[in-house]
Amino acid sequence: MEPAVTSGARIGDRPRPKKNYLNETKGFKSWALTVDHKRIGIMYLVGTMIAFLLGGIFALLVRLTLLTPQHTMFGIQVTAETYNRFFTLHGAIMVFLFIIPSIPGSVTNFVLPLMIGAKDVAFPRINLASFYLWVVGAIMAVASMVIGAVDTGWTFYTPYSTSGTSSTVTLMTAAVFVLGFSSIFTGLNFIATVHKLRAPGMGWFDMPLFVWGMYSTAVIQVLATPVLGITLVLLMMERVFRIGIFDSRIGGDPVLFQHFFWFYSHPAVYIMILPGLAIISELIPTFSRKTMFGYRAIAYSSVSLALLSFIVWGHHMFVAGQSQLATVVFSALTFLVAIPSGVKVFNWLTTMYKGNISLEAPMLYAISFLMLFAIGGLTGIFLGTLSTDVHLTDTYFVVAHFHYVMMGSTVTAFIGGLHYWWPKMTGRMYSEKWARWAAVLWFIGFNATFLPQFILGSRGMPRRYYNYLDQFQPLHAFSTVGSWIIGLSLFMSAAYLLASLRKPMDAPDNPWGGTTMEWQTSSPPITHNFEEAPVLEHEPYDYRPKAVAH
Amino acid sequence: MSTSSTSDVHAHGGHGEHEHNPHHQHHFATMEQQFDTSKLGMWLFLATEILLFGGLFVGFGLMQHRYPREFVEAHEHLKQLVFGQHFPLYGALNTIVLLVSSWTMVMGVNAAQTNQKQKTVRYLVLTILLACVFLVVKYVEYEHKFADHLLPGIFYGHQAEDLIKGTHGYATFFSFYFMMTGLHGIHVLVGIGLLGWLVMRARRGEFSSDYYTPVDLVGLYWHIVDMIWIYLFPLYYLIS
Repeated sequence: MEPAVTSGARIGDRPRPKKNYLNETKGFKSWALTVDHKRIGIMYLVGTMIAFLLGGIFALLVRLTLLTPQHTMFGIQVTAETYNRFFTLHGAIMVFLFIIPSIPGSVTNFVLPLMIGAKDVAFPRINLASFYLWVVGAIMAVASMVIGAVDTGWTFYTPYSTSGTSSTVTLMTAAVFVLGFSSIFTGLNFIATVHKLRAPGMGWFDMPLFVWGMYSTAVIQVLATPVLGITLVLLMMERVFRIGIFDSRIGGDPVLFQHFFWFYSHPAVYIMILPGLAIISELIPTFSRKTMFGYRAIAYSSVSLALLSFIVWGHHMFVAGQSQLATVVFSALTFLVAIPSGVKVFNWLTTMYKGNISLEAPMLYAISFLMLFAIGGLTGIFLGTLSTDVHLTDTYFVVAHFHYVMMGSTVTAFIGGLHYWWPKMTGRMYSEKWARWAAVLWFIGFNATFLPQFILGSRGMPRRYYNYLDQFQPLHAFSTVGSWIIGLSLFMSAAYLLASLRKPMDAPDNPWGGTTMEWQTSSPPITHNFEEAPVLEHEPYDYRPKAVAH
Repeated sequence: MSTSSTSDVHAHGGHGEHEHNPHHQHHFATMEQQFDTSKLGMWLFLATEILLFGGLFVGFGLMQHRYPREFVEAHEHLKQLVFGQHFPLYGALNTIVLLVSSWTMVMGVNAAQTNQKQKTVRYLVLTILLACVFLVVKYVEYEHKFADHLLPGIFYGHQAEDLIKGTHGYATFFSFYFMMTGLHGIHVLVGIGLLGWLVMRARRGEFSSDYYTPVDLVGLYWHIVDMIWIYLFPLYYLIS
């Protein structure tokens, strides 16, 4: 046992331990076979960032092709098939290799056990297995696109995926199947961890809201992903053995695939957004120096979003031949999603009201998030409304909407969270000046790219087309220039974050004055997370002035 | 899913003060907490199993709704002539075999909990044997289908007058039959592997009333495998 020291040491009044999780053991094997959730989190971070880079390159290629209505990119011929591959690779990589695994695998793996005062996740080896399944899935996915041509879009809709010419669609679906198990293992681990490994005295309503959000995410990961798994197995069987379930030529029903697919993939959308909402719930109170307003409302809204996510899948299929009754019911259920989303936003804003707001880089991302999430959420109402959706289905309006939610919200929150926990993870502070510039550029670039797409879509520009009428060119060109600004912002972030790694470990234990448990340990934490087992002393986000600082 | 066995990696530092159970992992405060966590993890895993099969059940149901007559006709080929009556002989036999194996499994878990090493090994071996009987019966049944060319998808080639090739629905029925019983069969195989691993550990005397988590968890897994068969049996053999 470690010697007993008085608990609750204050910011910076403790000598930095010489050993931490980064330098306690060295060498390739000590990382490859580690069961430490912090190291696995770092490995996940590196992996998903490589995927983000790849998916981002394809996004830039898509936008470059669309710069002009001609079938060329700076004079190089781009065929329709090539363009189909570009957007499929962009979509499939971003969804399955980046957004779904990124926040749960990297940041959450690192901070969730710290936040509840645990020494590790419940099943450390399953955690490592999850990472390696991700690696295997990623290799399979990349191989399928190098060897052949996957051009089905990330949704693998039949009949594109059953009667298309590409031979490697089977390999790609197998890759997604494997990635699904990686996701299940992560989710299973977090549920068990939250249930069983909370610090003594920490009840459910003493947990940080990040934990509530990730718990809700994990429930969806465990309950929805197996259905995707079996759907992809059926699709592979249909391609290889022609079993007659999705292909109408042999007696199947192609719309059934859409039902199966969205039964997973709508909840999967919440696997992507809930972690973003979870991170924002940490950033807002910390940088407003104010106790969270409506703690329970936010906690319940995370859970209710998770539950609602299972009963709205039909809104992807309003024009796919669903019965009229089903369409009306799904539309009504879809509107319900606005309630918990609104509850969150209003509570965050109320938390900020009369708070002592400091505009450090993570908070800039959080404020960007509030605006982008509001736009993304409200345009979702347009699409959930039957009459407007019939007009807007499969146009750039849809593209803009889900980018505002997936990228404008989730990725913004992720980058904000990465900045927030970067000192904890690496022990180093990044350049605050550069970080603020990058955050501003991100916000400008994002809106420049995707606001014009709302207009394009409402004027009838269909998604996934590789050329267009001349009248759309100004808006397309505007959007393409925006994508370069996003690229610049991300490049800057990568540069100053990596540059900070060359500095000595000088980050204080609690640089932002956070009140949750991860700030009570050293930066970076020791291998066993805490010098002495932490005991809960106050509820999360308690910023009331203390009568006597202890 | 060997979530609960010990790991040397955890051996260092921060260990419990009074207990010295070699299976105790460092990030759990007590053995009890460790057991509860492992059990929760197993239940979550079983939930994913049920959902995995659930997708196939729903797919089967929808296809049956689409081709009700064809499915009834096709399922007659899963029955055998017993005393002049059409009866799902193999299916019923396998149902009984698995039900009995569930009982031997429970007895094995109970023996492990009550420190009866010999009895634990005996019941686990018995469970393995019953699982093997199940697979043998399944093999015989599959062989009949192969002989009649009642096979999935492109391999379907039944030429007798009742289930002509090319009519939608027949091949789909047998596709689902092979997918679902096949996936279930893979689970039985995995179960045999896990039970064999338990037998090895039980013979080394690793299980006692203080530590029987793996036996308990594999038991849960085995019951789910049985349960899925209990649903598969009426689904395929008793359509009317």
